[in-house]
Amino acid sequence: MDHLDELENKSIYIIREAYHEFKDLGLLWSIGKDSTTLLWLCMKAFFGKLPFPVIHIDTTFKFPEMYEFRDRYTKELGLNLIIGKNEEALARGINYQDTDTFECTHLLKTVALKQTIDKYGFKAILLGIRRDEHGIRAKERYFSPRNKDFKWNYNDQPAELWDQYKSKIKEDVHLRVHPLLHWTELDIWEYIKRENIPVNKLYFAKDGFRYRSLGCRPITKPIKSEADTIDKIIEEIRTTKEAERAGRLQDKEQANTMEKLRSLGYM
Amino acid sequence: MNKEYLKFVIVGHVDHGKSSLIGRLLFDTKSIPQDKIDEVKTVCEALGKDFEFSYLLDYLTEEREKNITIETTQTFFKTKKRDYVIIDAPGHKEFLKNMITGSSLAEAAILIVDANEGIKEQTKRHAYLLNLLNLKQIIVVINKMDLVDYKEERFKEVEQNLINHLNKLDLKPNYIIPISARNGDNIATKGDNLNWFNGPSVLDALDSFNNQFQKENLPLRLPIQDVYEDIVVGRIESGQIEKNQEIIILPANTVNTVKAIKKWKTELNLASQGHSIGLNLDNNQGKRGQIICAKDDLPQVVTKFKATLFWMSNIEASENDKFSLKIVTQEQEVVIKKIHTLMDSSSLELIDGKTIKETYIANVEFESNKPLVIDDYTCIPEMGRFVLTSNENVVAGGIIT
Repeated sequence: MDHLDELENKSIYIIREAYHEFKDLGLLWSIGKDSTTLLWLCMKAFFGKLPFPVIHIDTTFKFPEMYEFRDRYTKELGLNLIIGKNEEALARGINYQDTDTFECTHLLKTVALKQTIDKYGFKAILLGIRRDEHGIRAKERYFSPRNKDFKWNYNDQPAELWDQYKSKIKEDVHLRVHPLLHWTELDIWEYIKRENIPVNKLYFAKDGFRYRSLGCRPITKPIKSEADTIDKIIEEIRTTKEAERAGRLQDKEQANTMEKLRSLGYM
Repeated sequence: MNKEYLKFVIVGHVDHGKSSLIGRLLFDTKSIPQDKIDEVKTVCEALGKDFEFSYLLDYLTEEREKNITIETTQTFFKTKKRDYVIIDAPGHKEFLKNMITGSSLAEAAILIVDANEGIKEQTKRHAYLLNLLNLKQIIVVINKMDLVDYKEERFKEVEQNLINHLNKLDLKPNYIIPISARNGDNIATKGDNLNWFNGPSVLDALDSFNNQFQKENLPLRLPIQDVYEDIVVGRIESGQIEKNQEIIILPANTVNTVKAIKKWKTELNLASQGHSIGLNLDNNQGKRGQIICAKDDLPQVVTKFKATLFWMSNIEASENDKFSLKIVTQEQEVVIKKIHTLMDSSSLELIDGKTIKETYIANVEFESNKPLVIDDYTCIPEMGRFVLTSNENVVAGGIIT
């Protein structure tokens, strides 16, 4: 069993544990490379028939290429897609130009996700976060409870050993399940290559730039890169000294923005 | 692509330098993106402090303020030989469960001891748990040698105390290395400050370890995780399974033939340890919690068994208390019939009494209404270790003895 097999089989085990415990399960699909890899692993876990919906939290400020990609693969993979939007905030005209980044992200992502979870009664959500993405994410468990206000109590997390995960929760709590926690950015790209997983063309360099991490258009900047193939991307990640989320402006404003967003329930 | 990959945990008493050692390992192996170093520099300046390697790991504001690591943190670096995942386990007493969470994932361990302070409570407790968790590849580092002027006599003194203590535990470290995480002595390379020391640097010692190899020739154990229509799914915990093989499902005791081994879009003739697979069986579908086993090498099916527990919760336990026990995909209500011995995991002294409290190690006897399928922990660890839960929370880890 090689390294990628090991990662894959562990993730599939976690996905199946989550579905066994929670039939009201949803997969949060941000259309990026990580959550698309997670979607692929879910297809594997259930032999091509996903028994739960896929959720896209749509801020309406994503790249056009992301919407195209979403609609194409929803059809090709036969997904049950739920699109969640904070209609009230959007009707008020909330946008990245006139509202500060933190507030805008909070309203259009976190609040929209809360609304969607309430509306459909999800008890557990699968997310494609990884430990190596950011310091704060290194502190996550595979099964991570959130209270009704979405608060993450990182001081009092359940013990998690020997593949026994927190499987029962109180009424007003939902669980975040992180089957990709043990993967690195490099693992993701090597797996995408091996499995031939479809990924958005924005990740590939055009005119000397590419997106390494995809978010909302107004707050996501491309990096300088000539990597226009998966092999070149893998080579670039192997040698880079820059952090993966360097192009994500929301992380930059203050050292603890990510922590603040996270404790408020941002994925 | 067959990349090597070793997971190790760093444990030890609070403030003995775990985070600094990790920061130094990442820095010396050039594993930290420049903007993270810059971020940490900015924060240190804002707090009016010197740049500290430990901050490279401890991103949380709260940790920065308190100068302690709260949670099990994982991070990555590589040497010429292979990739490493470091699991940082916190040193405060109340965070024992995090240390165990971290150590349960590891293939090797570094136990860190302050050259100035010597062995402390957590040093002993962590060493005991490493032994209980069956970790066999261990490096002890005597850190902060710069604070004792790099004196060989002080190293020898701490080393001897440690060996005396570890002997009691039957724990034999592979290496005992003097280091200074702050100054980088004996981390990636050997420094001039410690030239009296003939052993390897920390990285060389790590590179000498083996990856947890797949154990061969073990009997098949495949706990059923779920059933999707006509497909039984689960992960092979030991051994291998073949198409057309006759297997036995325990504790139901029914014999079946494997009609097909499935993955998405493909079928296999053979699958081995670690693979999450689907099976078509010829009759009786089986259900979650049952174990698919090799017919000629069976596990034990028990309703009474002895175990060693390490207690991680402030909920206490006495004889006749009921808990839920989870072992692979089995979940069963069990009663603590008898508490044989209680031990303080720090002093290793026996404790009088019949109440199991947080950080105690207990030897107990369990009884369950329904049979459990188990194996010897030292032979098939996955089938011999479990967690106990109470009110939805893990209260203890345990090993069947």
